[in-house]
Amino acid sequence: MGKSKLVQGLIFFFAFLITVPLVLIILYIFREGITKINWNFLTKIPKPVGEAGGGIVNALIGSMLIVLTASVMAIPLGILCGIYLSENKTGRLPYWSRLSVDVLQGVPSIVIGIVVYFWVVKPIGTFSAFSGSIALGIMMLPILIRSTEETLKLIPFSLKEAGLALGLPYHRVILKVIVPCGISGILSGIMLSIARIAGETAPLLFTAFGNPYLSTNLGRPMQSLPLMIFNYATSPYDDWHDMAWGAALILLFTIMFLNIITKLTTKKWNVQL
Amino acid sequence: MAVTKSIKKVQNSSGKIRAETFFRRTLVVIGAFMALLVLGILITLIVESIPSLKSLGIKYLWGKTWDPVNNVYGAAPFLIGTLLTSFLALIISIPFSFAIAIYLGEYNPQGWLSNLLKNTVELIAAVPSVIYGFWGLLVMVPLVRSLEMKLGVLPYGIGIFTASLILAIMIIPYAASLGREMIRLVPSPLKEAAYSLGATRYEVLRHVILPYTKSGLFAGILLSLGRALGETMAVTMVIGNTSMMPDSIFGPGNTMASVIANEFTEADHTLYLSALIELGLVLFLVTVVINMIGKSIIKKFTNE
Repeated sequence: MGKSKLVQGLIFFFAFLITVPLVLIILYIFREGITKINWNFLTKIPKPVGEAGGGIVNALIGSMLIVLTASVMAIPLGILCGIYLSENKTGRLPYWSRLSVDVLQGVPSIVIGIVVYFWVVKPIGTFSAFSGSIALGIMMLPILIRSTEETLKLIPFSLKEAGLALGLPYHRVILKVIVPCGISGILSGIMLSIARIAGETAPLLFTAFGNPYLSTNLGRPMQSLPLMIFNYATSPYDDWHDMAWGAALILLFTIMFLNIITKLTTKKWNVQL
Repeated sequence: MAVTKSIKKVQNSSGKIRAETFFRRTLVVIGAFMALLVLGILITLIVESIPSLKSLGIKYLWGKTWDPVNNVYGAAPFLIGTLLTSFLALIISIPFSFAIAIYLGEYNPQGWLSNLLKNTVELIAAVPSVIYGFWGLLVMVPLVRSLEMKLGVLPYGIGIFTASLILAIMIIPYAASLGREMIRLVPSPLKEAAYSLGATRYEVLRHVILPYTKSGLFAGILLSLGRALGETMAVTMVIGNTSMMPDSIFGPGNTMASVIANEFTEADHTLYLSALIELGLVLFLVTVVINMIGKSIIKKFTNE
């Protein structure tokens, strides 16, 4: 009996020790970052080292544009592929397609950066925000496809039969009956995938590349929050470290916000992901 | 009148059929696109690393010197750096991820305390790797440095050990959440039988649950490993980035992913770039194989 209690205590201890680093990280970033955030920080572009002030508006806008473009490309593709896989459970193409999704999920993000460099950056001849979006879009696909497929699998077959029995064409049954039934799961998949890629740095290193100035041209290099944090954090200047803390706080809270929203929707609609 | 109406109807329904076939075809095209995408990634990596494969050959993998200035490329320092950081991180993370899996799967599956733990684990997985790297660089590095001073080794602060610590935190969620699912799958009649024979909770855990979930827990470790091998940013920021062979776990080093991140945009000639891409190819193949093994174990386990 004593041993049983001991093991239980050990398991409890090790399990809850994990909260320590998370709390430390959040507190530290909050403490360091909150003092840096003010109106100027959110609306100005960075100043050269040594000059006080300056902000991260280029990274904020860049991140939003890059993630938005990635979402516009990846979401329709991901949902349609999820529909395809949930509709075709057997067969050769669905098998390979499903295997590819599995493989893609495990591919290190830096490898996707390399490949997109050769697919987009090199042929065009310049680093661009658009190529960064493609890299992030590729990383979104497996999450979108998986969540769509898993959600649609759970929808009763009788719903589809009822739609078809009414004489509805196949695409209308899918788009007007099946997809709306699973919309909550699909939406949480979308939010989860955005939360997952919003903090990605590695695929942007050789694609979006970064830019110290404000740019909204998708065909040119663009700054993004994670890239900025990386560049400033590894610089030797304290001023830049300060800015990186502010940016890290914004990024961390955005991602936590997205995760909590996803959590609440899945809870409300009882989605299994 | 009636004729035009029926003609319209026919046209209308053929339009519907056209839309339907169009929809079906789109789905098939997209399904094929996914397969082609992954195939394209593999082919691109192979094609772009041909110069290095040709001129460096297989001995590239165990060459000990990486000296781009003199056009000497050997990947061994990075392979060893990657293996060291990943396995060290794995060893550090296992007690934590198993404890979480057992706690959430068996000891306390419901209630606010386990919800808290579950959310913590999910948030740990959600924090971007660049933030771990930044925090590690400014908080963990000084800590490790003072530890190294106490141990009497060269106090770099940055290095393989620091990278492993950060990596360990980052990979805990993967093995933990999978392990929890696996432990939940243990049939309750098995556990009840053991309890009815007078087994304690520990004995049930040790002799029923762990043997039953062995392969599932192993799969979780594999997925964590796959994650650790490919992790780039956090490692790049704290590992020290030197192309020398690592001489101890406290010294600086480099992993495959971190050397690509650091040197890819600086690579100024074909062979240099191609050698880096070959590293990417190796990384891709290794992580894919590890993930596939892990996933097939899970599939087998959940179907049983």
